[in-house]
Amino acid sequence: MTAQPRASRTLPLFAAITAITAALAGCAPGSSAPPASPSAQPSASAVRTDAAALGDVTLTVWDQEVRGGQAAQMEQLNKAFQEKYPNIKLNRVSRSFDDLNTTLRLALSGNEPPDVVEANNGRSSMGAFVKAGQLRPLDAFAEAYGWKERYPESVLRYSRYSADGKLFGEGNLYGLPQVGEVVGVFYNRAKLTELGIQLPKTWSDLETALATAKAEGEVPLQFGNLDKWPAVHVFGTVQSRVVPAEQISTLAFGRKGATWNTPENSQAAEQLVSWAEKGYFADGFNGQGYDAAWQAFGKGQGVFLIAGTWLLADLQKALGDDLGFMLPPGSTADAPPVATGGTGLPFAITAKSPNPDAAAAYINFITSADAMKVLADTGNLPVADTADQSVPDGPQKDVFTAFGTASAENGLVPYLDYATPTFADTLGAALQDLLAGKATPQEFLGTLEEDYKTFAESNG
Amino acid sequence: MSSKPRAAGPPGEPRRVAYLYLLPAFAIYAVFLLYPIGRAVQISLYDWDGLTLGTWAGLDNYVAIVADEGLRAAFGHALVLIVFYALGPLVIGLALAAILHHAKVRGLGFFRTVVFLPQVIAMVVVAVAWRRVYAPDGSLNGLLSALGLDGLTRGWLGDYTFALPAVGVVGTWFETGLVTVLLLAGMSRIPPELYEAARLDGCGAVREFFAVTLPSVRGEMAVALTLTVIAALRTFDLVYVTTRGGPGTSTTVPSYEVYHRAFGLGQVGSAAAVGVTLTVVIFAISFGINRFADRRVS
Repeated sequence: MTAQPRASRTLPLFAAITAITAALAGCAPGSSAPPASPSAQPSASAVRTDAAALGDVTLTVWDQEVRGGQAAQMEQLNKAFQEKYPNIKLNRVSRSFDDLNTTLRLALSGNEPPDVVEANNGRSSMGAFVKAGQLRPLDAFAEAYGWKERYPESVLRYSRYSADGKLFGEGNLYGLPQVGEVVGVFYNRAKLTELGIQLPKTWSDLETALATAKAEGEVPLQFGNLDKWPAVHVFGTVQSRVVPAEQISTLAFGRKGATWNTPENSQAAEQLVSWAEKGYFADGFNGQGYDAAWQAFGKGQGVFLIAGTWLLADLQKALGDDLGFMLPPGSTADAPPVATGGTGLPFAITAKSPNPDAAAAYINFITSADAMKVLADTGNLPVADTADQSVPDGPQKDVFTAFGTASAENGLVPYLDYATPTFADTLGAALQDLLAGKATPQEFLGTLEEDYKTFAESNG
Repeated sequence: MSSKPRAAGPPGEPRRVAYLYLLPAFAIYAVFLLYPIGRAVQISLYDWDGLTLGTWAGLDNYVAIVADEGLRAAFGHALVLIVFYALGPLVIGLALAAILHHAKVRGLGFFRTVVFLPQVIAMVVVAVAWRRVYAPDGSLNGLLSALGLDGLTRGWLGDYTFALPAVGVVGTWFETGLVTVLLLAGMSRIPPELYEAARLDGCGAVREFFAVTLPSVRGEMAVALTLTVIAALRTFDLVYVTTRGGPGTSTTVPSYEVYHRAFGLGQVGSAAAVGVTLTVVIFAISFGINRFADRRVS
């Protein structure tokens, strides 16, 4: 290596960069994007619901239904749609959840975005798209097709935003989901029998069962929290035993008027810590992956597992009829059901789509009563008409009953990480700190309160 | 060089027409590199969510980087990773290369391949594999238990003290091969006469290493350090796959923050500011390394 006078070579480089930057300074980022004018809501009478009469149309659909039963139902429904409406050509683009999340943002800001997209409910996805005027409100379609009669409000609200995208959980409807999900308690029936434990009817029954399992040398509660977010579901479940559902909704939708600093929240945090201290969770849970944890549960390690219904198909394959699922039991046996839950990704229509009527007809088709039957047959959990599906007794029936009960009685509370754009991170890291004993329950709640307050107040 | 004056200047002297030859390459360079960099710098001066019209923020995003405790910590973690990615591999690589070179091992090619192998594997695959190794029921804990060291077993990536070093060790494992092969190549170019002379002067193997080998591969060391330091500072995939910045925030790194802010939180301006800062830091450090190496040579 020879000593070159580097400065003289790098100088023009800097000059070039500066020149280019200066040339750019005229156009602010986003200035080529369309103005955020929320498209006017057509009235229900203007909606054309006869898809066959819409002429030759091509619909581009972006979905994330790429795995097992999800892919199967989508293929089946798309095929049926094409047969029924040969005039509408479907151009399907499917990507994994992560890929869809990162590419959708760019696709929507282009001049020819897809017509129908599956957009994540959260503020940083659907909320941001609504704010940018990129999604079309679906209320007129909902009325024309009668969606509001078939979908309970506790489910629809996960796709509702105010027209400026600020308020989540109320306002216009921007999407319609196909599947539901609820976080509950999976259990290993064989282990319960072996340990002589009755199926817990109340929350304190469950704690007693955990203690028994620990004493017998079993892993009471299978858990892997390396990915940060799994603890959010466990905490949400514990929290919704003691904190009133309305307060949780206010906190989780990031609205003004609630606080994390309540005795109930601190009781929930303390209970979680006590479970960690008593060794109810699997060893080294903060260093164990989520997938590895539920796979271990599937291999018979662990008596209980607090997780979402999306694990049903995989766990059923591993455990067969030894697998059971229930809504988290309440403080008394007849307490109304409350559980963290929501919907799969809702299907939305882009504001620039030239064929909103055809797009709505498509969404209506894949969420119709017939479609719900296809969803159930392919092992998915239909979000509507759940109780009408006939499935054999066993874990799938457990899951259908649990979700049907919770949604019918409006017992679904939102995921806590919906609260603010940064809350998934804040809560995930704070829970790892709490469970590792690095933060006290009070410090934990203080961290959450700061994020929540800052956002709720600036959001108006 | 004879100084025979010619109209267009002496041969080999730069002439203006030369810039014309540079133009095609420069055009590509400008379109795919300079323009994006300029654009990133520009975006970093705005408050932009990636969708709607951005608003001018001046240096606010940069001020926020300095003020944000979490981000300062992220840069701190990247500096710790330099120890594992660059200094560790350099020391191990020097020792390995010296031994392989000195001992004239039979089957040198085989060992070189084995040592270099981690470099061939995609980082994501490496990360997934090491995640299994570090798991509470993984092979590292299995090994410790087998040795009777049950007291040391833990969920490595979930441990507040050991998560960052655990991630760093993966880096060491990954980079050592590259450094070793680079240094071996350098050592093979050292004239044998130098060693002969050293031996005549009564040098032992260790003295020989410090007096002959080390100064001769200084250039290769600088290259190795530059490459590995950059790798350390821009670590992303490893953290993304293994810990997502956890436990708590103990393994966050700047590159992860860039991704997270841009695609997770929709704070594109802030993400660009972190990216630009990271670029400047990388540029400054590699500049420093090369300056240092050059000066010592001359």
